[in-house]
Order: sequence, then structure tokens, then C-alpha cells
Amino acid sequence: MERRKERIDRGIKVRAGDVFALCSWREMLYLLAPRLIPVLGFLLLPLILDNYWQKVLLSVAAFALLAISWDILAQSGMISLGQALFFGLGAYCSGVLTHVFGWPPLLALPVAALLGGLLSTLCLLPVLRLRGVYFSMVTLIIPLMLVRVVEATKIFGGTEGLSGIAPLPSKWIELYLIVGALLAALFGFRRMLDSDYGLVLKAIKDNDRSVINAGINIYWFKAQALFIASSLAALTGAFMTHVYMFVGMPVFALDYSILPIAAAVVGGPGTLAGATVGAVILVPLSEVLRGIGGLRIVFYGLFLVVFIVALPEGIFHYIQRKYHQFERWVEVQ
Amino acid sequence: MFLGTIIYGLLNSAVLAVMAIGFNLTFGISGVANFAYGAMYIFSAYLSWTLFNLLELPYWLAVCASIPTTMALGALMYRFVLLRVRGQALSEVIATFGIGLAILELFNYLGFVGFEYTLPVLIDDSIMIGDTMVDWQRILVTGVAGLLVAGLWAFTHYTRMGLAFRGIAQDERTALTLGIESDRIAMLSVSLGCGLAALAATVIIPLGSISPSEGYEVLIKALAVCIIGGLGSTGGVIVASFLIGFAERFTDTYISSHWTMIVSLAAILLVLGFKPSGLFGRQKELEERI
Repeated sequence: MERRKERIDRGIKVRAGDVFALCSWREMLYLLAPRLIPVLGFLLLPLILDNYWQKVLLSVAAFALLAISWDILAQSGMISLGQALFFGLGAYCSGVLTHVFGWPPLLALPVAALLGGLLSTLCLLPVLRLRGVYFSMVTLIIPLMLVRVVEATKIFGGTEGLSGIAPLPSKWIELYLIVGALLAALFGFRRMLDSDYGLVLKAIKDNDRSVINAGINIYWFKAQALFIASSLAALTGAFMTHVYMFVGMPVFALDYSILPIAAAVVGGPGTLAGATVGAVILVPLSEVLRGIGGLRIVFYGLFLVVFIVALPEGIFHYIQRKYHQFERWVEVQ
Repeated sequence: MFLGTIIYGLLNSAVLAVMAIGFNLTFGISGVANFAYGAMYIFSAYLSWTLFNLLELPYWLAVCASIPTTMALGALMYRFVLLRVRGQALSEVIATFGIGLAILELFNYLGFVGFEYTLPVLIDDSIMIGDTMVDWQRILVTGVAGLLVAGLWAFTHYTRMGLAFRGIAQDERTALTLGIESDRIAMLSVSLGCGLAALAATVIIPLGSISPSEGYEVLIKALAVCIIGGLGSTGGVIVASFLIGFAERFTDTYISSHWTMIVSLAAILLVLGFKPSGLFGRQKELEERI
């Protein structure tokens, strides 16, 4: 007797999702809970955590933003192995603006985000015509080589970097700024990717030649997606500059490229929420594993491999399926 | 000084070609971008070092053991990881990158860094060409580069397996109908690429020392050479290694050694700006990039 697993949408999903006639609190809660949990979690956690874990929450939000930025690029068909490029350029922009020109941090942040995004887009403009692996290879190389440029030209403090950069006014502004940015990016960009505009981006990933056939200039759209994603990562970089009150060559380090990819892959590529879930799992985990030092990156590497092979859909898709559907074994006719 | 720069440019090009040829071979045949390439290079170097210094095997035996071990590791990586994600470029890249990262950072964690971690040179002597001192090891690397290129060319043109390699590279489905098992050939190509990385490590490492950061360096150099030359094209690899090799030496001599790494970045951006498929990347141009 052969059996197979059958998946059926839960009744409440059908009622709440498709018919749009919400009759009970239970149905409204069913729709709201997945959205309210991250919002309330991120807004309330800073109030109950101690100082140390507030810092951890801060880096969770930062890496979640980087992972979201990676995922936006991935959804447009560009696999970046060098988020550190965007992060580093944003960090340097903000550092220079506050350190050399004396701008207040709250003004330098948005300007650095846009400027960093613009610079990253210009950096990658020649390689936008490449796709798939080719694009990844170039993005992997560029941040590692920019380190050498900083080293060789000794600009912006050279190997020592710029220290003593003005911090943000208070700890609470710091925390709620990054958490607010994360929530805005999470829900805003999800909306953007669901709109017609996002549809074009996803189509470029699926089959770029047919998008060209439709008379759409894919390079223009790719450049836009690149600008959006890199501005987001540059904002994170600029923000972290003010948190550490330092900017230097470590901003181009491999960590900032690897962790976001690991977060997005573990959480579930293709959804911004997945990227956030991944960051929420991986960053505290790496704090707990701080004792083992360099071995952490080994674990990230292995995590990547295990998830790619064993659970390629990622944790978020898995949870989403369990939430919306139930499974049962049926006999094959 | 000018003659010396020319000679060292030539030797540097040979080093680059030896580094890049394995990566290029794997990608050209199976389309797998092996981002664990640098890790394989370092892995075989450490393995030789361990066998030679800790187990005190003769050097030739250590090398003869470490190259096949690296090849086996490559084959295992293909069989147990890459096979399951074959054809999904993103997953392949992330999986190989994760493996490479894990290997390199493991060595980093174990603390294998320092000048004592190096392999012995085969011929510890040097000769004078004009007024430039050239050590034999570098000449050996140049010889190995020449032999490798010639050997690979003969292999892919005159042996059954080599022809099967090219068949898979040209059209996987047609090759399948002719009885060429594409998974097996792709596994062999990954394994052979890793073996070439191990061979490269054996001849190049004696010029410096072994360290995990060298692994990233090798990967980057191999990528740079392959991207400029056009991925999957052996002729492109040779021309690109000459290009970067000479450009690096000339900037080193006439500008400053800080700028050497930047040369390849500038070269990549320039070449890709004008010719997105690299200098010789004609093969599959339309499908791989637009």
C-alpha cells in the first residue's frame, strides 16, 4: 500500500486569505499574528533587555538589514558575494562626512546611505551586464581589493582608519533608529517587490531575455535594484560607523559579506522575512558561540552547506507552510 | 632593471597561469564555479607540510599523497554536496563558498600561520640572467605552467576522457545521448581542478609561506585571471595571466608595490566595461551573459 503526503490549506487560511470577509477575532488574529510578532518583538525587546543584549539586538537588526539588501538583489537575479562593498562604502561616506566635514550624525546617515548606494552602483555598473556566477565573482573581488586601495593610497586614515567619530545622540535613538529602519525596510520593500515594479525585477531573475523581449530595458531596472539594495546596506554601514565611533579597513571584511548570505539562506531566500528570521537566529547564536572565536566562521560555512543541501527552502518557508497548511497521509489510488 | 622586470613579469605570469588553470578547467567543463578552489590549494599545502614535517615522510611521498587526497576531497565534495544542487548556479556558488570558508577558517583557527609553515624548494639554487638573479624554483614554475597547458591541450584533444570532457562542455544533453555520463565527468572535472590546485600549491608555496589568507588570495587571483581571459577559455587564461603578470611587475617596479593588487581590479573593470565576456569568452556567450 503506497501512501503519499497530502497538503491542504487550513480552512481559516481560505476564509481569511481569499474571501476577505473577516468574521471573527480568531481570523483577524490569524492574519495579524505573523505581522505583529516581529513588529512588537523588535519594538518591545529593547525595553526589557539588559545593556549587553541590547547591543546584540542592534547587530541583529544591522545584519537583518544587510540580509534584506542581499535578498532584494537576489530576487532581481544578482547574487552578491560582496555585501561588504556596500556596507564599507556607506561606512566610509558617513565617517568622512562627520569626521572631515563635521556634519551631525543624524544628517550624515541618510546622505551617506544615498551617497554610498550611488558609489556602489557606479562601482558595479560595468559588470551589470554579467549574470549569475560572473556577477558573484566580481562582487566577491571588489571589496577585498578596495581594502588594498585604502591601504595603498592612505586616504581616510589609511590602515589606521578614522576614529573618534561622533556617536548618535543617545542609546535609545540608536536602538529605535535601526529597529525602525529594519521594520520599514522589511514591510516597505516586501510591498515594493509585490507591486508591478517588483514583478519586473523578479522576471529579470527568472528569464531576462523574455523581459528584454517585452521591450523593457533590464539594465536600467537592474541598476535601480542595485541602487536600492546598496543604499540599504550603506545605511547599515553608516549606522554602524556611529555605533563603533570608528571606520577603517575592517568594514570591508568578509564577515559583512558572509553573515548576510548565511542569514538569508538559513532563513529562506526569496522572502525578506526569511532574511530577518535568519539574522534573528544566527546573530545571537554567534554571540553565544563567541567563546570559540574563529571557529564561528567555520560553523557559518558548514551551516550554509547543510541548509543549501538539506533545507534549500529555508526556515521561513517551512514555518509558513506549517502555518497555512495541514498535512495528512493518503493512500495512492 | 628593465630586463629584470621583463623576466620577473614572465615568471609572475607563469605563477598566475598555474594558479588559474584548475579553476578554469572545472568551470569550462562542468560549469561549476569552484569557490573552494583556494581552500583546496591551502589544504593540500598543509597536508604536504604535515606529512613531511610531523610524520617525516620523504618529500616526494608527501606530495604524491597530498595531491590524490585533494582530488578525492574534490570528488567527495561533488558527490555529496554539488550533485544535489547541480544546475542551480546560486546554490553551487554558496555551497562551494561555504566549504572553502569552513576549510580556510578551520586552519586559521588551528593557528597554522607563520614562516615555518612552508614547503621546501626542489632546487635550492639560482642563476644570473643578465644582471638579474632568478631562483630555479621560479623557473620550475614556468616549466610546470608550460607542461600543464600543453598536457591539458593534448588530454582534451587526444584521449577518450578528454573528448568526453569537451563534449559535456559543449552540450550536456547531446553528450548524454552519446553515452557520456555527465555526472561522472563533472565529478572528474571538479576533482581534476582540485588536483591542479594541489599541484599549483606544491610548486608555488615554496616561494612564500602557507597561510589561510593565501587561500583567499589564490581564489581572487584565479578569478581575476579567468574573468579577464573569459571563463572556460584556456587561451584566455594564458593571455590574461601575461597581461596581469606583466602589469603587476611593472607597477611594482615603477610605481609602488602597494598598487600591485589594484592593477588586477582596474584591469577587470576595464575589460568588462568594453568586453563583458572577457577577452576570449566567446563560448556560450549568449546564454551565459547578455
